Amino acid sequence: MKIALDVENLSVGFDRATVIERLSFEVPHGSALAIIGPNGAGKSVLARALIGALPHEGTIKWEADTKIGYVPQKLDIERDLPITGGDFLHAKAVVARAPEADVANVLELVEIKPESFGKPIGELSGGQFQRLLVAAALIGHPTVLLLDEPTSGVDEPGQETINHTLDRLRDERGLTILFISHDLSVVYHHATNVLCLSRGHACFGAPRNVLTPQLLQELYGAPVAFHVHDDLRP
Amino acid sequence: MTFDPNAIALSVAAGAAAGLVGCFAVMRRMTLAADAISHIALPGIGVALLLRIHPILGGVAALLVGTLLVWGIENRTRLATETIIGVVFSTALAIGSLITSGEELIEALFGGVGHLTTVEATLGLVLALGVIGFVLWQRHRLVLALVSPEIAHTSGINVQRLNLYFLLVFALTIALGLRYLGVLLVGSLVIIPAATAKRLARSLPGMLVISVAVAIASTTLGTWLSLSLHRTPGSMIVLVAAGFFVLSLLRRSGT
Repeated sequence: MKIALDVENLSVGFDRATVIERLSFEVPHGSALAIIGPNGAGKSVLARALIGALPHEGTIKWEADTKIGYVPQKLDIERDLPITGGDFLHAKAVVARAPEADVANVLELVEIKPESFGKPIGELSGGQFQRLLVAAALIGHPTVLLLDEPTSGVDEPGQETINHTLDRLRDERGLTILFISHDLSVVYHHATNVLCLSRGHACFGAPRNVLTPQLLQELYGAPVAFHVHDDLRP
Repeated sequence: MTFDPNAIALSVAAGAAAGLVGCFAVMRRMTLAADAISHIALPGIGVALLLRIHPILGGVAALLVGTLLVWGIENRTRLATETIIGVVFSTALAIGSLITSGEELIEALFGGVGHLTTVEATLGLVLALGVIGFVLWQRHRLVLALVSPEIAHTSGINVQRLNLYFLLVFALTIALGLRYLGVLLVGSLVIIPAATAKRLARSLPGMLVISVAVAIASTTLGTWLSLSLHRTPGSMIVLVAAGFFVLSLLRRSGT
């Protein structure tokens, strides 16, 4: 089994406060890892450390020739910023040295409406903007997608589209996917493994082993319920 | 009224450079920084006058040092950029006004007419073309870094270095306008045309084109007005630019 990401003894902190302490886990190539945990547990900090945007201790080892497509957490964009979806995707294509045809391909993949392409990004609906970010991440043929709450602020049909697109990309292109999520039923249905973060406590394993009522109560400090389809019940 | 082709070429090139740099400065919410960075030129001009070298050279040197200082403090401390700029800006103005005096101070603050030598014009043109080239060449990277520094980072952009380059190009643009507009007004040539374009445009190419057009119209029309009305060019250029901005307010109000 090839390993896409190997993290050992990772610690990240700000101003002497440690957010992540001695965290170790592996992500097999082509799998989907869900990162869960209560607010403030360090999920986004972990994501930013993994892309090398934060100083850290310990080792983060990506497979050779890894190319990461990153979808950040909800961005605060000024409504009147004169940058269209097309400007943004074109910029990404030029920087990633990807052919312009890639832009058309990813638009189709994430089902972006053509009018979103010509609209300033600050005017797009939450769902259309998130799709645009996923589309941008896909330009340049990444081998790994790292998504920080890719469906936050997206309506339910939009969430379905994004989640199914991600599943399809994993199947068809062998992408490794790491995603942060608050939606435990999405985690249950789409993740190969789950990494849960909580102050001083981390757990790792297959969803059916990790997402037990006892572990979730420990993690969130309160009972958590989520819906599991019968056909997926262990 | 004198017709100086060198001066016209330079005001067109400087206008285009300011219009382009201004777009990204406005989108990055650096409006305050534009003013503050330009004030850093004053102590440099003062020192150059004391040493009897070309004042603009002193201004450029001070701008480059000041830019590195702002960038360095920003990266090493957790102070807000506005705080750093506030401190650096008033310190520079204080030092500058201490060592510059009388008429020289007024000219440094508000710009002057003076005769343009061929060397000055050539140097100015080269600088302006360099600035224009940088913004056009790096615009895609600047867009990604503007929308999300993390997306830029994972796309292989060294965001910190890009920010430094942008600040340096920004400082050079300020230097280009120093002679005509002076320390107090030069920031507005970078900011006002871009702010006008931001109100009118709905795409990046649209914003770049409108901003450059407004900036060139402001520098050329302003210079012409200053010659006809015997006023300093700096004030006329800024007033023309401000006129365009007011017009842009009328056009989109209510939408």
